[in-house]
Parts: sequence; C-alpha cells; structure tokens
Amino acid sequence: MSTPTAFRQRVCEAVADERVVRAVHLATWHKMEARAESMRQLRDPEAIRELAAQIKQHTLENLPHYLEQFVAQVERSGGCVHFAADADTARRIICDIAAAHGTKLAVKAKSMTSEEIHLNDALEAAGVRTVETDLGEFIVQIDHDRPSHIVTPIIHKDRQQIARALVRETGCEYTEDAEELTAIARRYLRDIFRRCDLGITGVNFGVAESGTLCICTNEGNGRMSSTRPRVHVALMGIEKLVPRLRDLPVFLKLLARSSTGQPLTVYTTLVTGPKRVDDPDGPEELHVVLLDNGRSELLTGEFAEVLRCIRCGACLNACPVYRNIGGHAYGSVYPGPIGSLVTPLLQGLDEHAELPRASSLCGACQVVCPVKIDIPGLLVRLRVRTRRSQPLLKRAAIRLWKWMMKSPTRYAWVQWCLSRLLPDCRDGWSRGGPGPLGAWTHCRDLPIPPKQSFRKLWRERLSDER
Amino acid sequence: MIPARMAPHEARVSGCYAELDAVEVALFVTCLTDTFFPRVGEAVVRVLRHFGCRVEFPEGQTCCGQPAFNSGFDAEAAALARRMIPVFEPYEQVVTPSASCATMVKTHFPELLADEARWREAAARLAAKTYEFTTFLREKLDVDIGAHLSFDEPVTFHFPCHAREAYGPDDLHNWLAGGKQADLCVPEHSDLCCGFGGLFAVDYPEISGPMLADRLEDLAASGARLVICNEGGCTLSLAGGAHRRGLPLRFKHVAECLAESLGLMEPER
Repeated sequence: MSTPTAFRQRVCEAVADERVVRAVHLATWHKMEARAESMRQLRDPEAIRELAAQIKQHTLENLPHYLEQFVAQVERSGGCVHFAADADTARRIICDIAAAHGTKLAVKAKSMTSEEIHLNDALEAAGVRTVETDLGEFIVQIDHDRPSHIVTPIIHKDRQQIARALVRETGCEYTEDAEELTAIARRYLRDIFRRCDLGITGVNFGVAESGTLCICTNEGNGRMSSTRPRVHVALMGIEKLVPRLRDLPVFLKLLARSSTGQPLTVYTTLVTGPKRVDDPDGPEELHVVLLDNGRSELLTGEFAEVLRCIRCGACLNACPVYRNIGGHAYGSVYPGPIGSLVTPLLQGLDEHAELPRASSLCGACQVVCPVKIDIPGLLVRLRVRTRRSQPLLKRAAIRLWKWMMKSPTRYAWVQWCLSRLLPDCRDGWSRGGPGPLGAWTHCRDLPIPPKQSFRKLWRERLSDER
Repeated sequence: MIPARMAPHEARVSGCYAELDAVEVALFVTCLTDTFFPRVGEAVVRVLRHFGCRVEFPEGQTCCGQPAFNSGFDAEAAALARRMIPVFEPYEQVVTPSASCATMVKTHFPELLADEARWREAAARLAAKTYEFTTFLREKLDVDIGAHLSFDEPVTFHFPCHAREAYGPDDLHNWLAGGKQADLCVPEHSDLCCGFGGLFAVDYPEISGPMLADRLEDLAASGARLVICNEGGCTLSLAGGAHRRGLPLRFKHVAECLAESLGLMEPER
C-alpha cells in the first residue's frame, strides 16, 4: 500500500476530532434551518435565484465591458484603481500603498480574497501590523489558527477556546459569557481603530455603472475599516461586478439569507469614491485593487460559472462532506463544495486533484446555491481532467470493468462470481477483504447477492407469467 | 366493449387495466437491482403489468456506465452508452427503478455522445423515452401512487439525492402519507446523503463512513423500522451500514410496497 496522501491524512485527523465534528454539525444544521426559514419569506425564492444567476452570468460574459465601466467610474469618483494579475502583484501593490503612507498599523475587514493572496503575512513582513476586525477572523488571528469556513471562520472553535485566546491576547479576565467576550474584543478593537492609518476591506459587489463598492458585514467593522483610516484599500476579484445599482437588491436579498438566514446583513456599506470636499469624514484616499489570479482564464471555459459565486457559504453548510471533515481538511482557503472547484481551478489541479473526488455528488450544494452553480456537474468535469493521474490499478480496473460490462455473458459471469465467491461471514454478508471490497466494508457490510439474479428470475419464471 | 386503444386514465375509471391495449415497456432493471435486489425488479414488472403494461426485458442490457461517468472516465462511460442504446432501440418506452440510472440515460448519454453524429440522435431518442419508475406511473399511466399504498407498520423514508430530477423529498413524503394505515415517521432531515456516491464510497471510506452514520442515526431515530428507499446504491449502503451496526432497519423500494399493497406479491417481513 502506498502512504496516505496529505489530504487523506487531514481527513482522518478531522473525522477523529469529535469536538470539532460536533461543533460543525450543530452550526451547519442550525444555519441550514435558518436559511430555509428566511428563504421561505421571499415571495418567489426560485425566481430570485434564477435572476441572480442570470445577472452574474451576463456580467461574466461581458466582463471586459463592465470592468472598463467600473474602472472609469471609480476613477471619476476620485478613487485609484490597480490591476493585479496574480497574488504576488496584489500583495506588492498593497504593501507599496502602506509604505507610501508610512503605515505601521492597519485594520482589515473580513475578506476571503485577502486570505487567498495571504495578505497578512506580506504586510507583517513589510513591517505593517495588520489587525483582523471581524470577530471570528480576530480570534483566528490571535489564536494563530486558520479560518475553517468562508463566512464563520471559527465554526470549529468552542467558547472555551475563544475565551482562552482573548485572555492571552488582551489580558482580560477569563469568562465564557458570549456578550462579555464580544465586549472585550470590541474594546480592544476600538483602540486599534483609533490608532490605525490604513483600512483594508474586501468587496462583496462592485457596481459597474457607478463604481460603487458594496461591503456587507454583521459587525460594522467593514464600515469602520473603510471610513476611519486615512486610506482605504479595497481588494476585489474581477468577478465581483454587477452591472447596475438596481441589481444589488437581488443579491442582498440572497447573500445574508444564504449565509446565516438573516434577511439582510446588519451593515450594508456602499462606498463611492473617497471623502469629498464637503464630507465631514471618510478616507482621503481610496484604492481599489482588482485581482485576477487565474480568474480570467476561467472566463471562456467550461468552468466559467464558478465565477458566479458570491461566497455566501451556503454550500458548505449544506454539504455532508464538509459537515464531517470541517474546513481545515480541504487544505485551502476555500473549503467545501465551492472550494473543491475553486481551489484546483485557481491554484492548480495537480496539487488539488483529490478535492473534486472527495464528494458523493449528492447535490445538496446545488440546491442551496443562490446563483445556481452546478457544483456536482462541474466536480465531475474536473474529475475528467484528473482521470489520467488516477492510480494505474484503478484505471486498469475501470477498463476491465468496462470490458466485462460490454457483454451480457461476461456480465452474468460477474454476477455468478459475486454471488458465490464473495467471502461470506455465514450470515449472507461480507465483511473485510482486499482492495475495493475492504474499502467498501470499512464502515458497512456487503450483502452477498442472491444466487438468482433478476435476469435468471425473468428467464425462469417472470417472462411467462401474465 | 373495450375500445381498441384506451387512454390509461379511461381504463382506470372503468377499472379494466388488464383489458387495456397494452403499453409496451422495456424494463431497464440496472445492474445493482439485477444483482442485489431482484425482488425490486420483480415488483416493478408486476406493478407495471397490473397497470396494463406489456413488459419486456431486453437481455442484452448490462450497466449504463454511471460509475465510470461519475469518476470522470468519459470514454469508458461512452462505450457503455453506445452499447446500451441499440439494446433498447426497438422498444417504445423504457422504465427503470433507479432515478440515478434514469438521469444517466436521459441527461448524460446525450452529453457524452453530443459530438458523435452517428449516435447523437439515437441517444436523444433513448433519453426521451426513458422514465424513472414512479415518474412513469404518474405521468404515463396516471397512477396516484399514494392511493394504492397500504402499510401495516410505521414507515420512514430515505430520499435518494439523485432522484431530484424525477421527484422531490416532498413527493416521496406525500405518496407515503397518502398510503392507507400509514404511520409515517418523517426523518429529521428529509434529504440527507447516505454517503454512497458510487466509487466515492470506495475512494474515501473515511468520509463516506461518517456520512452513512449521520443518515442511519437520523433514520433510526424516526422510530420506524421500514425504510422506503428507491435507489439500489443507497439501499446497498444503508442496509450494509445498518447490518454492521445491528440496527433493526429494513429497506424497500416503493415498487415492492406497491406490489404488496396491490396483492401482487407476498409481503416480505
């Protein structure tokens, strides 16, 4: 036997961690129920999902046009646009902006795109202390952990772990009271907000017609990060555009509902340009960093629809695989069903060939996806691309199986063998065995097929009856 | 006097299915049902006959290639599609007890053979005339499934993920709830995967196992011992998991329940 892959090792560790498995089960079921309930409040949820999918698809199909429009509008409103072809360029651009302003302390609102380019490490290396201001991300940061969910990064942590992390970081008194814990983090972060001179946010939606950035948060940290510091840097993937302001409500109705079951995020911030002359406050400079990092290559191929994703995390909550292995096992910033597509597509199929295969294709993700991405279908398409890197033995077995199935005689012979040669534990069931049989019976027994298959039954009895 | 050709619903009104100018149906039994669950195949045949169909079983059939297709082995799946299409070419309609195999034929055969001029039309023809069993009963024979079901014990159900294109968890729920004397024990999660997923169960038993455990826990907690499951793959996984854990769950396809309720087969306990 070959040694288990890194992915398989992570999976084995994850499923053995009962505390995390329980936490993730509870949280995902809870969010699924909340989502279902809040979607029911919409007059026609299906129509809205369909509309959202169409708007996104249309935008992607005309992306050069909308990007041009967006850039022109951001610049017209006084913002500065930077293009980053890859993660390295994006990191450099943002570090340069920080350096130009002599930044020592930066705040950051939750942004998966910034995780994708590992921005914090780059800023720290450049001597800029960067503090996460989303409560979950803050806990992850002070606990030197990694997010395990794209919306609720500490879905894998319990209250005790959070309390211990806060005590260590802030020197507060130990408490497990959720409100007190939140208040401690809030006081700590307020001080950071007062002192920082650069704010970094992601962007949920960029409006092409007006150059408006829409930032959705539940804690107001998106608004604080984009208004308090002198300089606001907004990092967004090029796929985040929607054509018009009037398209926004379609997505706002779906985003929070799909994520957490809220009708709307608590804060929905719309930013158009930096502080104007008459404005009492706001950042003096606005920099929008548009990240490609592999996205434009996907635009024209069979996987373009993955770029419709609005990062709501509903597919993670719905996924029975995610529920059991948690986010860290995926070994990527983007876990769950959408991560099993995005990770190999953006970061290389060779290193992440296992992700598309680690799915039962049950389609629970597709049922909840607000922009109707055919996740299981696309996972199969990715499997097609990795078939040649499958173990030789497996490929040979599939070819042999195909040869068997091409003839009814050989097929019947396989049936005969199965009904007579499978190791019987004397109760009509098979347990253990070599290769695939052992894998199948890892967690379940295999019934020994009856000696009389349907086709024998048909021939002997059923065909003549009426 | 029975007219030479009678619409199924007319026949139902006059109560003379047997006299109906038979609808010809070819049974695509699927390899798993053929091998592991011959009783399901028998039930499908008897129920279809009961509702006035003349059932044929083309013996050239084997597997539709779904395991290969789902694993990304398109060429192997296409080879089996090319083999299967002529086997069913002579028949008017094809019925299968498996929704996932129906989807393979109806959706993926045409995709796989889209670039092959020789096969494209034949694949489309087979796709158009292939029906999942309950869909065929409802849409072609106008049968109210719930009205014909009766149970003498509490019943719960597992909704097979790949049945979504044919029917939803609510449909399955309603058929069973419509059954006479049915004490329907609805599982907490009505559409939770059993962890099978074809080769996935063999490729990643470490993940498939806990998924199976979740599903079985849910079914066992429903309080019923009889589980209706209309997909051979799911039943193979669930029954195997139940047996491993010593759970007293039994699994039946709705075709078996119909055949028993209609007195076409001896009830199996």
